[in-house]
Amino acid sequence: MKKSKKIFIFTILALLLSVSVHADELTDTLDLYSAAFDAIWLLICGGLVFFMQAGFAMVETGLTRAKNAGNIIMKNLMDFSAGAILYWAVGWGLMYGETAGGFIGSSDFFLASGDTMNWFFQVVFAATAATIVSGAMAERTKFSSYIIYSVVISGLIYPISGHWIWQGDGWLTALGFHDFAGSTVVHSVGAWAALMGAIIIGPRTGKYVKVDGKVSVKAIMGHNMPLAALGVFILWFGWYGFNAGSTLSGTDLSMTDVAVTTTLAAAAGVIGAMFTTWIAFGKPDVSMSLNGALAGLVGITAPCAVVSNGAAIIIGLIAGILVVASVEFIDKKLHIDDPVGAISVHGVCGVWGTLAVGIFGDLEAIGGAATRLGQIGVQALGAAAVFVWVTVTAGLLFLIIKKTVGLRVSEAEELKGLDIEEHGTESYAGFQIFQNM
Amino acid sequence: MKLVVAYIQPDKLNAVKQELFKDEIHKISVTNALGCGQQMGYTETYRGVDVEVNLLKKVRIEIAVTEPFVQTTVDAIIRGARTGEIGDGKIFIMPIEDSIRIRSGEKGEAAIG
Repeated sequence: MKKSKKIFIFTILALLLSVSVHADELTDTLDLYSAAFDAIWLLICGGLVFFMQAGFAMVETGLTRAKNAGNIIMKNLMDFSAGAILYWAVGWGLMYGETAGGFIGSSDFFLASGDTMNWFFQVVFAATAATIVSGAMAERTKFSSYIIYSVVISGLIYPISGHWIWQGDGWLTALGFHDFAGSTVVHSVGAWAALMGAIIIGPRTGKYVKVDGKVSVKAIMGHNMPLAALGVFILWFGWYGFNAGSTLSGTDLSMTDVAVTTTLAAAAGVIGAMFTTWIAFGKPDVSMSLNGALAGLVGITAPCAVVSNGAAIIIGLIAGILVVASVEFIDKKLHIDDPVGAISVHGVCGVWGTLAVGIFGDLEAIGGAATRLGQIGVQALGAAAVFVWVTVTAGLLFLIIKKTVGLRVSEAEELKGLDIEEHGTESYAGFQIFQNM
Repeated sequence: MKLVVAYIQPDKLNAVKQELFKDEIHKISVTNALGCGQQMGYTETYRGVDVEVNLLKKVRIEIAVTEPFVQTTVDAIIRGARTGEIGDGKIFIMPIEDSIRIRSGEKGEAAIG
């Protein structure tokens, strides 16, 4: 380390002092340094995004019941582990391989190109999309079926729609669609898969109870709010890698602008969600305010590099309000059981963030459509295309799983808890937990 | 006046509560309990090692009722908790000498209802 540092300083000095250095050599050296900056930046940010797995695990554990804690940890652990290997073998090639008509990548399977820098930064994004689903399907999904799902989303569903937007030659890129860090590419993909999963698997036992022909909505409280809060803080922390790292370059100084818009939107998201619950329910709700932070973050993910600070605050505020309204609507009107609010946070706010690119974005910086309305149209088209792609493929996937290996645990198993029944062990041994809750 | 004490499976609490409510028995106390009965426990595994669990988690329900309600209460608990398998639980009925409502000082049957 020390030696290389000395060489580094010496080279800089030599470059500054020496007039006899050849221009080509100078360019070569600068190229090497800028490549090194890129690698360091993507490695750090990739690590931050990986840490978001811990955030998801904590949020989902905290917002569900104690008897299923180990199961949800296993799901978060497995969707990364299975997903990473599939993304290496197939996913990366389908996403970033040479394009076939703008729809699908067709080369670089098993990372043949050896582009480890970009692969590492992308695999953690794929894992983020995959892990969103476990929260929405929590407390009732068969573990083996969940593994099958996570393999397919990381290896197939996520990479193909990602190819349309991020590969450079995708059909949505050609239309001028802009999604800087993945409101649509990552978050919506996870959320729409979560939506289909939650619909097909059905609600947890006791969530929607029919009383005199009318459906009565019950709350099933999460067992650990501090864990959920820790998870949200970890996600927020990781999001600096998610958004600022998506400059994909360590010499692109706009990375700090991105960090600022990200911070402002997340803060505004909390404020928006908190006041919405305060006004609507009479008290500022803890878990909804936590969801508000995530809503603001998902909302700013697509536009973070092309909007002003003021716009970031507006985007975050609206995302915060939107997430509360959406959670209420999905739970109380649609009766889709999403224990952690994943569909609202990542899906609804993901679409909002994608549209916000068109509404607030600097058209020149986006470099897409010529008019604002045109850009909004393209953003809407992209969001819709991804919605259709994911709902159809994920819907089919979950239906096939349901018909073959089965998607859901038995009711007795659900009541006893998935920790004991699926994994044969408790998460809180020595504690008395209310299994009946 | 009788005290009905029932030990049931934790996951049957909701069903028992519903049955009790149907018969308009609303006042109950519930505590977590550990117990060992005919069920004889089960094994968990922790890091590949078997763990014998012979004190099983149960829920203890206590309901103080007046004489006419004793049978209704017992029937409701059985309807909610019975699966027909070992481990469904037990019900004990015992006499109550007196009962006092702390707030008003009422005594006897007036304090129960």
